[in-house]
Amino acid sequence: MLALFYIFIGIAIGVSFWQITRIMNLRGVIATDEDNAKQGKYSLVFMAFLYAMMIYCLIFMNVLMLPESASIEGEHDDNLFNITFWLIGIVQFTMQFIIFYFTFKYKGNKDRKAKFYADSHKLELIWTITPAIVLAFLIGYGLWQWNDVMDLSEDKDAIVIEVYSQQFRWDARYAGEDNTLGFGNVNYIKGINTLGVDMSDQNSQDDKQVTELYLPKGRKIHFKFRSQDVLHSAYMPHFRAQMNCVPGMVTEFGFTPKYTTEEMRLNPEVIDKTNGINKIRQAKGEEPYEFDYLLLCNKICGASHYNMQMKITVVEQDEYDKWIAKQPTLASVIK
Amino acid sequence: MSDHHHKETFVTKYIFSQDHKMISKQFLVTGMFMGIIGVFMSMLFRMQIAWPEKSFSIFEAFLGPHQTDGIMNPDIYLALVTIHGTIMVFFVLTAGLSGTFSNLLIPLQIGARDMASGFLNMISYWLFFVSSVIMVISLFVEAGPASAGWTIYPPLSALPQAIPGSGAGMTLWLVSMAIFIASSLIGSLNYIVTVLNLRTKGMKMTRLPLTMWAFFVTAIIGVVSFPVLLSAALLLIFDRSFGTSFYLSDIFISGEVLHYQGGSPVLFEHLFWFLGHPEVYIVLLPALGITSEIISTHSRKPIFGYRAMIGSILAIAFLSTIVWGHHMFISGMNPFLGSVFTFTTLLIAIPSAVKAFNYITTLWKGNLQLNPAMLFSIGLVSTFVTGGLTGLVLGDSALDINIHDTYFVVAHFHLVMGVSAIFGMYAGVYHWFPKMYGRMMNKTLGYWHFWITIVCAYGVFWPMHFIGLAGLPRRYYTNTNFPMFDDLLQINVVITIFALIGGIAQIIFIANFFISIYRGQKATQNPWNSNTLEWTTPVEHIHGNWPGKIPEVHRWPYDYSKRVDPNDDDSDYLHGKDFVLQTTPLLKDEEVS
Repeated sequence: MLALFYIFIGIAIGVSFWQITRIMNLRGVIATDEDNAKQGKYSLVFMAFLYAMMIYCLIFMNVLMLPESASIEGEHDDNLFNITFWLIGIVQFTMQFIIFYFTFKYKGNKDRKAKFYADSHKLELIWTITPAIVLAFLIGYGLWQWNDVMDLSEDKDAIVIEVYSQQFRWDARYAGEDNTLGFGNVNYIKGINTLGVDMSDQNSQDDKQVTELYLPKGRKIHFKFRSQDVLHSAYMPHFRAQMNCVPGMVTEFGFTPKYTTEEMRLNPEVIDKTNGINKIRQAKGEEPYEFDYLLLCNKICGASHYNMQMKITVVEQDEYDKWIAKQPTLASVIK
Repeated sequence: MSDHHHKETFVTKYIFSQDHKMISKQFLVTGMFMGIIGVFMSMLFRMQIAWPEKSFSIFEAFLGPHQTDGIMNPDIYLALVTIHGTIMVFFVLTAGLSGTFSNLLIPLQIGARDMASGFLNMISYWLFFVSSVIMVISLFVEAGPASAGWTIYPPLSALPQAIPGSGAGMTLWLVSMAIFIASSLIGSLNYIVTVLNLRTKGMKMTRLPLTMWAFFVTAIIGVVSFPVLLSAALLLIFDRSFGTSFYLSDIFISGEVLHYQGGSPVLFEHLFWFLGHPEVYIVLLPALGITSEIISTHSRKPIFGYRAMIGSILAIAFLSTIVWGHHMFISGMNPFLGSVFTFTTLLIAIPSAVKAFNYITTLWKGNLQLNPAMLFSIGLVSTFVTGGLTGLVLGDSALDINIHDTYFVVAHFHLVMGVSAIFGMYAGVYHWFPKMYGRMMNKTLGYWHFWITIVCAYGVFWPMHFIGLAGLPRRYYTNTNFPMFDDLLQINVVITIFALIGGIAQIIFIANFFISIYRGQKATQNPWNSNTLEWTTPVEHIHGNWPGKIPEVHRWPYDYSKRVDPNDDDSDYLHGKDFVLQTTPLLKDEEVS
């Protein structure tokens, strides 16, 4: 099989060299009217290809996209994204048409004379000011949303959770009854104290270390991120949330889950996507996939970067209360 | 100057040449060689993404110890991605593009005998050559080349315990880049001095071709920002080798706590992107300058809005130095900084839009001569628009949160600076090949090259936006560990097929290039009927460029299809031709644009 492959490559290279030298002997170097006419037509053909591909992707890849935001804060993200996408979509479709249509329309020939047109203050003013106005709107909405998402000061009621990263796994620590995390530093890492929690700190005693995130629906979650070795990035695409984990400092992010995992599984977009995935998995004879929220690593961190994930489960408040009550406190684990 | 011809040996003429035309060819060929390596690497890792569990004998042949039975190891995947980025951004699109065309065109288009310092110019090339050699050598280090991403964020790049590529491979990477920066700085200073001091009589700054403006401003950006990368690299070398803690703090790895205290990786990110973002424009502006020149020449029309074009180059250059933070919205820096950088970043869209609209207006009612150079320039405008528009999504900090470091970003920057800049480079080679080698390139092969390349470029990068929007992170060795990405695999296969075809099709260009050097049709003095000064030099290269006196300049470079009465399209061409050389004196009552 391999030998055949090499023979095929050999033949292909031979043929292409033969063709290239043949074309080189034609010695055409400067576009003639005939070339212009031909290339002008090709530019229309290319435009057709480009539009077909753009439209195909926009329509048929829709099902592959992330479902609607699963966090309340992310709603405006989706909104802003849709506005921006429509806007750039319209500009893109218009501009590409103009570019390739002009290439066809004004293809050169001997009888044509180009228009001497070097300047127009009016036109230039129009295309400086129009983008400026549109951008002012986008910037305004974007900044409002950014400040809304990044502002974590006013949520006294928020549940504080530490997300801890290391090559190549995630852990989490809930702040417990006092809703305050005990101090953590790599110098305290020892034995089963894998997160380096200072056990002499009173706040540490009721902290709870887990390997999977459980979040109650409708409560603001205040994440604090730490990293043990290199940069990682906690990426929770369904919640429109991401923050780098930086060794030597604590970074923060917050959001409020909007749908429980069960509710999200019934979302029509999720059902469509899951069905598509399961069709593929079935064909390969793999286990069927069931939707779950995930936390992925999204900053290059080493060999197993591609497999650094943690499951997130969003549940109703009472179920969360039951679950968190069952988790042992650090004081009871680390003696 | 041209009269004191000293005897030239093979060594002074072809190797340690101080002639800017020879140096530009050296830059181009070295850049092309590095480009072949960079593109080939991308083909290898694309194959890995599309067929993650398949065994390929091509991996066995090229990856040596970094594969098992034809299956790529995760470490070498990251190394390939890293070196692909480094080579393409710095060695091909900075040195290969800017080095080639700044060297070739600056003296020729401003009317100078040579660069301000031919010796420094030679040093600049040879430093670039040495850094290329070191980068290539780093590929053969036992533990593998640098593999922390082209952005080499510490601690990953600082700790060999974290990834094997951060050992000797990373050391060589840093040494290579330090030498590269020295080369770039020497080159840039030379360009700036030459443009400011050596313009011929009558060549006012407002009569410079837009290529000159682009190269001039690019050199300034380089001088402003490259030293910061050098200091970032030096501090990283200190952290790696001398135990300092500029970037490192509180690290526990391989079972022990390291001694580093008080440093911050965020500091490195700031320093890196202070170069890293202007670097995008160091890559892009020369390509846009080349495009301005080519679109105007081959449309047989003046470039529309010459002054607005200069203004937008300056605006882009200024803004490019105050937007670096948009790479760091979620790095943990103060969110207030995120607001500032969102604001400045989106402002860049304005001058960019002006440029795009001006190109299109230049095409309007033109007499387009669709040579390969022209097609590549039009292709550049197309990819620049496509890639630039998605910048509005990424530059908005609120939206960036969710698509940061996904394939959406990869698609965006490849279109807007990768493909666009490469198209500018190809356009430049097709257009100025007769000036470089005295022969013409074959147009039929040029057409094949263009259409295959642009179809593949869009075939690769348009669908890539969507897998990014589906949440797929970049730099994943395989996506099979996430069932939620299973439905993206088919798209990745399609992308890879386009990438392979597009990559292999570049052979057409390479063949055309090298065969034309020796067997191409002999060029005439001004094959494209262009206005600029370089086409007044003889076809055969001579030291000092012009045999007699340097010509004097009397007008701007874009008097294409100028009429006797500029307001009457039906009147005759001025001087009876659709172009008027810059050296032609103005008529008594001629309107000046």
